[in-house]
Amino acid sequence: MSARWIDDPILRVDALTMRFGGLVAVNEVSFAAGRGDITALIGPNGAGKTTLFNCLTGFYQPTSGRIAFSPERLDAEKIERLTRSARKSDGDTFLLERMADHEIVRKARLARTFQNIRLFQGMSALENLMIAQGRSLSRAAGFSVLGLLGAPSWRRAERAAVDRAAGWLERIGLTGRADDPAGELPYGDQRRLEIARAMCTNPALLCLDEPAAGLNATESRDLADLLRAIRDEGETSILLIEHDMSVVMRISDHVVVLDYGQKIADGSPVEVRENSAVIAAYLGVEETDEPAAEAALAESAKTGSDAT
Amino acid sequence: MEIFLQQIINGVTLGSIYGLIAIGYTMVYGIIGMVNFAHGDVFMLSAFIALLLLLLLTQMLGLAAAPAFVAAMVASMALTALWNYAIERVAYRRLRSSFRLAPLISAIGMSTFLANFVTVTQGPNNKSIPPMWDDVIKITSGGAYDVTLSYKQILIVAVTGALLAAFWFVVQKTALGRAQRACEQDAKMAALLGVDVNRTVALTFVIGAALAAVAGSLYLLQYGVVKSSDGFVPGVKAFTAAVLGGIGSLPGAVLGGLLIGLIETLWGQYFSSDYKDVAAFSVLAITLIFMPSGLMGRPDVEKV
Repeated sequence: MSARWIDDPILRVDALTMRFGGLVAVNEVSFAAGRGDITALIGPNGAGKTTLFNCLTGFYQPTSGRIAFSPERLDAEKIERLTRSARKSDGDTFLLERMADHEIVRKARLARTFQNIRLFQGMSALENLMIAQGRSLSRAAGFSVLGLLGAPSWRRAERAAVDRAAGWLERIGLTGRADDPAGELPYGDQRRLEIARAMCTNPALLCLDEPAAGLNATESRDLADLLRAIRDEGETSILLIEHDMSVVMRISDHVVVLDYGQKIADGSPVEVRENSAVIAAYLGVEETDEPAAEAALAESAKTGSDAT
Repeated sequence: MEIFLQQIINGVTLGSIYGLIAIGYTMVYGIIGMVNFAHGDVFMLSAFIALLLLLLLTQMLGLAAAPAFVAAMVASMALTALWNYAIERVAYRRLRSSFRLAPLISAIGMSTFLANFVTVTQGPNNKSIPPMWDDVIKITSGGAYDVTLSYKQILIVAVTGALLAAFWFVVQKTALGRAQRACEQDAKMAALLGVDVNRTVALTFVIGAALAAVAGSLYLLQYGVVKSSDGFVPGVKAFTAAVLGGIGSLPGAVLGGLLIGLIETLWGQYFSSDYKDVAAFSVLAITLIFMPSGLMGRPDVEKV
């Protein structure tokens, strides 16, 4: 079977470990995410999903391990060469564990959203999308000087950014609320606006931390459609953490399951759904645990009767 | 009545200068949550730079007053901006992630350093420029007192207004302004969207210093003298203006500046000019006690 995460990965995580004092939150996790795939990272609460995410996006410095990323092509030999050198990147190949968070966004083109929404609440929906395009804009504005003089290059760049932002607002159905403060939008709209904002940075990989959290059924269906549409355009791969299994199973091409900081399964949604370790992690161990529980119950009943 | 009108004119002039300085306080507070106590001394330094350049251009190179003043002001803006950039880089940047008081203490140290640096190099006494543009327009005449409006006062208010308009445009309409407002709300998230937070903060200090330099040059023009201890009192008054207007709010800083200017001159006229500073500082205390978010400030929202 040929899977994209084996043949053409955009991200490869090797033996990643994150330790907080004595607690091992992520333990020797290795996986790859395919270019053009929607990869889902699932697992029970406390499995280490968000910690892993924070390592990918430079929030945490991992204790050990390697995170290789390339918007263009990941070449195993190139990764090895880069690992031996002290550098952060070689052309279009990056070692994310060596980079600071803003470098990861800017140079490696990786964008992320958060479990709790982090929009700029006091700024308008449109401005939120403009900030994400700030880099090219501040250059075109000549650090505001050309902007003050109303230079044509600045006007052009500003108009292009507004057009792009307007395009996204239309896509997420917020055209009419472009000038409203982001904090006043309904929850579901804020979630979609956050994804649109991340997309405005023109990412090669979009990392979403529980994008469907708090959404109702209709809203999560819209969200799934949006994510699928982003993937189908082919410019952006998606890596997401999600608890809502209906969303995961509907849209993912590839599912990675973590439990207690370790990877317990990795494969297509169908494979993962039928994996006994995954079922055990989610539902509790059935066959092996039940007789043991019965025995324990019998034991306690016996000691109880003995006592009386 | 004439005296009242005259004091209003004087108060607005002085208030414009306070407003320009107050913007520096309010912007820096907005973006990194720190009161830059060295800002008053940056203002004093800029006045000295303007003074030296003005004397150099008029006395030694024989330039006419108007072009010399414009050149001195522009050069002072550039040099003061450079100073403030260096101050931010050396004294504040590395302390930003430290505990809250650290940059504040560093700022007080910078303030002492600047005041003493100028005292050592220029002496502690008043330095003056030759009087220039003393023409006035008589608004009323024939009464007990002629109300006058000097060209300098018109210039001060006009320059302040024009700068505020330009500055407002930058903050509202350009990528830099958006980046500043984004850093104000959530610097970490702004960084994750590709905003260079360090550069945005540095540019905020640069802009604040340039505005303070305009204030310094205009102050020098209006009052004709400056001395090395002049950073403190106008600095604290501008800070009062920023607090009164609502620290973090740009229109608030200007409004606060105008109010402090008016309170000070009117108090000086009708009560006691010895106590005019007391009046201005009482406003600071009263505002902090009864209205800590100021006239136009947002109430402090808990960051989640």
